[in-house]
Amino acid sequence: MGKIMGKIFAFLTLLVALPAGAQEDVVAGLSQNRVSINATFVGSEILIFGAVKRDAPAPDTGDLNVIVVVEGPSQEITVRQKEKRYGIWINTEAVTVEAAPSFYAVATTGPMEEVLSEDEDLRYHITIPREIRLAAGEEDLAEFAQAVIRIRENSGLYSKQIGGVKLSQDTLFHTSIDLPSNLTEGDYRARIYLTRDGRVVSDYETAISVRKVGLERWIYTLAHEQPLIYALMALIIAIAAGWGASAFFRVVLRKS
Amino acid sequence: MQIYLPIAEVSVNAFLLLGLGGLVGLLSGMFGVGGGFLMTPLLIFIGIPPAVAVATEANQIVASSFSGVLAHLKRRTVDLKMGVVLLIGGLIGAFLGIQLFNYLKSLGQVDLLIKLSYVTFLSIVGGLMFVESLRAIMKNKAGAVPTRRKHTWLHNLPGKMKFRVSGLYISVIPPILVGVAVGVLAAIMGVGGGFIMVPAMIYLIGMPTKVVVGTSLFQIIFVTAFTTIMHATTNFTVDVGLAVLLLVGGVIGAQIGARIGTRLKAEQLRILLSLMVLGVCLKLGLELLIEPGELFSIGAGGH
Repeated sequence: MGKIMGKIFAFLTLLVALPAGAQEDVVAGLSQNRVSINATFVGSEILIFGAVKRDAPAPDTGDLNVIVVVEGPSQEITVRQKEKRYGIWINTEAVTVEAAPSFYAVATTGPMEEVLSEDEDLRYHITIPREIRLAAGEEDLAEFAQAVIRIRENSGLYSKQIGGVKLSQDTLFHTSIDLPSNLTEGDYRARIYLTRDGRVVSDYETAISVRKVGLERWIYTLAHEQPLIYALMALIIAIAAGWGASAFFRVVLRKS
Repeated sequence: MQIYLPIAEVSVNAFLLLGLGGLVGLLSGMFGVGGGFLMTPLLIFIGIPPAVAVATEANQIVASSFSGVLAHLKRRTVDLKMGVVLLIGGLIGAFLGIQLFNYLKSLGQVDLLIKLSYVTFLSIVGGLMFVESLRAIMKNKAGAVPTRRKHTWLHNLPGKMKFRVSGLYISVIPPILVGVAVGVLAAIMGVGGGFIMVPAMIYLIGMPTKVVVGTSLFQIIFVTAFTTIMHATTNFTVDVGLAVLLLVGGVIGAQIGARIGTRLKAEQLRILLSLMVLGVCLKLGLELLIEPGELFSIGAGGH
């Protein structure tokens, strides 16, 4: 019995050890797994760092690169195009984009075409255009998808940092991702890819939770789940604030 | 100090909001106007989504008119019966206005609706005010005192009612129609509508000037409160944090403005206000006329 077990064990070890010898694994950590949006939220910065784990000396075939992707929850959105009608610029055409990430940041150790092959990009959905999906029958309206990327790049929601990941001695890497203040709530994904010669050799994924907290959370939830109570509360608060402030300043101004 | 607004979902400088509230408050203190028609476009200029600006401004107007109406009630310068008739019209109008607002929102044209309404009304109001005050300055005398008109066919429509405080015995149809018009404006533009209602009450309905302001404030409070509730329950666009910041600034500004206002001449004040109104109108108008740098825009959900 013990003999058989021993053989099985030895076999298993061999199975695991064989690919491990040729393989490089990526291990990573984040400076924070939670982002809290409170009343004074002005954006945040996430530091992502890690190392390449090897059981054998690094193979000398091709360059080693690291790609870091941080992605917000996808939403359905409507993209509208303005045209000049009757002398003024008004929205005319509207296209539904079935899924577009609310936030997307890619950081790499080098130019995209050097660190990642087209095939691998298709397979792993790494660059921004791969993540924007137009509704069926509207796939030809690529300019609308490009507009989404352009608008969100301008507002800091989408970003590309070529050379943003620092890799030292083919082992240790780190980068920082800026989160702007106009973040959407939800579960964000952080993905880290290790590539050699444009091919993904290892990947790692972890989650970041972005949530409104405290007063912001409470107001937002109340306004969406109990809108009538929220409306009445908003009226009472506003009346009380207006009345209180005017009474206060009447006293202050009279004294001075 | 940046502050994150939970409903508008943007981060804005709190002092900028206090300052804006203060500036508009100063103007309303100086000129005795509500200021909603200036505040909503200014909020749009600093990047608040137009739908949130309109709904939040309605909320703010309720609060800023509240202490005003209390003072008028104390002085017995509110025609409650006329106020209720105007209010009935106002509620109907606000309801219709919200339907129009939400319909155009689903078409993606609500920003256009808001901007076009503003350009139209600001150019009319600003233009009239400018011409009138210029004429008054040239004649070097105060603006002509409005004369109350005699009864016209409008007043003899069916549904006559006695309004003792105003000293009128007229049909309820004209005041209801005035109310409806003002209600629609409140829902679409986030204004109290005093700038339309006050002249209409004097010239169209023939009410005595001393009860006009109190009665219009009475109507405005309830119509804007109703508008706030409608926007909050159908569009979720009332930002209470934004409203409170604007209010606090507004109250301070109004107190200072009232003091400055007494030291300046009425025509000079009005010409100043009309220039400001025309300036805001021009900026909004140019946004519609000049080709925007970005032709595409992103909205939530499918269409």
